[in-house]
Amino acid sequence: MAHDHEVPELLDDIKTPALKPGSMGHLAPYPATEKHMKPLGFPEARVPDWEKRAVEKMGEMLKKYRSLQVYMDICVKCGACTDKCHYFLGTGDPNNMPVQRAELMRSVYRRYFTVGGRMFPGLVKARDFDEETLKQWFTYYHQCSQCRRCSVFCPYGIDTAEISMAAREIMDAIGVGHKYTAEIVNKVHDIGNNLGIPKPALSGTLQFLEDDMLENTGHEIKLPLDQEGAEVLLITPSADFFSEPHIQSLMGYAKVFHQAGISYTISSYASEAANFGMFIGSFEQKKKIAKRVAEQARALKVKRIVVGECGHAWRVAYSFWNTLNGPFDYLDPRYPVPQHICEFTHDLIQKGALTFDKEANDAYVVTMHDSCNVARASRMGSHPGGQFTIPRDLIRATCNHFVDMDEDTIHEKTLCCGGGGGLLTDELMDLRIKGAMPRVTALKRVMDEHKVNFLALICAICKAQFNKILPMYGIPMDTVGGVHQLVSNAIQLGTNKGIV
Amino acid sequence: MLTFLTYAVLVVFVAGFVWKIALYARSPAPLLIPTTPAPVTYIGVKMRLMREVVFFESLFKADKLLWALGYAFHVTMLLVLIRHIRYFFETMPPYFEEYQIIGKLAGFAMVGALTLLMARRILIDRVRHISSIADHLILLLFLGIGGSGLLMDYVLRPDIIAIKRAMTTLWTSPEATLSVTGPGDVLFILHLIMVAVLLLIIPFSKLMHMDGIFFSPSRNQVDNPREKRHINPWNRD
Ligand code: SF4
Ligand code: SF4
Ligand code: SF4
Repeated sequence: MAHDHEVPELLDDIKTPALKPGSMGHLAPYPATEKHMKPLGFPEARVPDWEKRAVEKMGEMLKKYRSLQVYMDICVKCGACTDKCHYFLGTGDPNNMPVQRAELMRSVYRRYFTVGGRMFPGLVKARDFDEETLKQWFTYYHQCSQCRRCSVFCPYGIDTAEISMAAREIMDAIGVGHKYTAEIVNKVHDIGNNLGIPKPALSGTLQFLEDDMLENTGHEIKLPLDQEGAEVLLITPSADFFSEPHIQSLMGYAKVFHQAGISYTISSYASEAANFGMFIGSFEQKKKIAKRVAEQARALKVKRIVVGECGHAWRVAYSFWNTLNGPFDYLDPRYPVPQHICEFTHDLIQKGALTFDKEANDAYVVTMHDSCNVARASRMGSHPGGQFTIPRDLIRATCNHFVDMDEDTIHEKTLCCGGGGGLLTDELMDLRIKGAMPRVTALKRVMDEHKVNFLALICAICKAQFNKILPMYGIPMDTVGGVHQLVSNAIQLGTNKGIV
Repeated sequence: MLTFLTYAVLVVFVAGFVWKIALYARSPAPLLIPTTPAPVTYIGVKMRLMREVVFFESLFKADKLLWALGYAFHVTMLLVLIRHIRYFFETMPPYFEEYQIIGKLAGFAMVGALTLLMARRILIDRVRHISSIADHLILLLFLGIGGSGLLMDYVLRPDIIAIKRAMTTLWTSPEATLSVTGPGDVLFILHLIMVAVLLLIIPFSKLMHMDGIFFSPSRNQVDNPREKRHINPWNRD
């Protein structure tokens, strides 16, 4: 496994590499087939007049998205973003510099939509949308995890993630799709979650976990499914039901609900917080996927919605749900809709409803990976930056030993795990390994300097990615875990139960 | 002729500028996408934009050297432009005399910063890689304008009195014209042509960043999606 891929050597610090043009040009994802494209309303194969159709679609998108129109126009090519993308830092491929990734589209934009590009294509670097361009689009717009790190540093906030999403939507419109993401979007429509877990399997797992918790804690901690009239609807990434270490966090949430005495339910119909509609850039798909949640909130007559640990899912939930399927005026107005599980637990701690035995986590020296979508595309609590302080407050409340990584690699400057944006697929492993290098470099440093042995985070994709990648860098798999895994370890059950 | 050309250039510039602003202002923002942490109030957003425009806040985070050069260039250009006011008015308030020295120093600093920006574009492989001929030409154009300005100030002085007369009268009298009596005057005409070219390309080039920043959704949106429902104009239900 690990030896199939070349793993970069870790240096003491993150270094800007020399340019290695074309070094990642070979690594495109598997294309989607008719089977995945058709049900999503995309052409089943590349349409005959695809060049023309793509340009038309771009024209439509420019009229629908101010971000695209403005970002196509105003980049001054200052280069401030060139060394900010983890994929560039890991690969040296100039097409992975955010500005150059965007240029793949901007050059086409100039050719068809600007005076300069129509008249002097050579002067302004304008190019036709042809076979070669499409190949580069398909390759490099699937080497962007839509992490938005570039947008933090750009003097105009140009967000290459927006451009990647638009590129993917344009490609879908001409029948050129990405298999992994298209497959998953289909699964969520057909079954209700990305993993394709049907209800019987889901309820079986939940039962098993309840038994497990009973055995380990002596408390009857519930993981209720489809329970009408519960106070809270818990929407969490389906990986939380089946993958390690995700499951540990799920048990953490369950213990928090149990201890607070707040009734809740999981939904089998909306058993997925993730929303891959975002990765393929489609507003319609985002909306359709998220609709399952709004429908279930009504059907199950809950008062609140709480979202589990997931990066892009939290972005969609926090930033987009209200626009997509709001207003949520049928829910309890005293609570924000939706609420992050970290906000939920944090509130309970503030109210004194939870007590912790920090020593339970004494084996760990913990550091925190800010998942990009939480860090740069959402908020927790009422103040800007709550997305950084609230999870750290939870860690400090449940652990004695916490240190942060280098300040240039956390908070809004956090480095992506390398597997976000719909790239968590095996054929892109080489990219995932190299893209993780900057993050792992910073992690390795605190491991060496402060004996850190636990990387806490709140994203299902990050967990899956690190689980696979860290061992390749010689870091044990069980270094990775959710914030609520720490909560789960330290929470004191039975004391002060149900204070709120 | 001069009057006609001046108005023609200004019309293209203003019309192009307004057209672009209208285009940006009219294109819809379907979702809230501020880069967070972002202000949670409208006033906060104004402050954020102000910090970007006045201090280049994000660029400062990104690259200190580039920030220093870019900032120096923009500020000195502003100072130099202010100095130019005197060419357009018959009489100037006396304190403007004091300003001359600032304006002159700024002129040197501006050309210096531009030269270093140009060097950076050529020497740093990443920046060279992303540059098109147009990117280099725009810098050269600014250098040409700044350089010719300095030359006129210190080496080949044109007939300032005549120029000032032309500049103050051309708005109303179509007869206004520029006389060429020495190399300095040729230089001035060159200077003027380059400024005209600059004005003409602004609306159609990356120089629109000067107003695009105000329309950048990642910077100009309030982070309040839960508190206030944002409506997508093309998908209202
Ligand atoms: S930082 Fe922004 S303006 Fe500068 S090159 Fe990158 S995208 Fe363009
Ligand atoms: S969004 Fe992230 S992955 Fe994409 S170009 Fe920007 S920094 Fe790179
Ligand atoms: S998977 Fe995690 S780190 Fe990677 S893009 Fe998503 S939120 Fe960011």
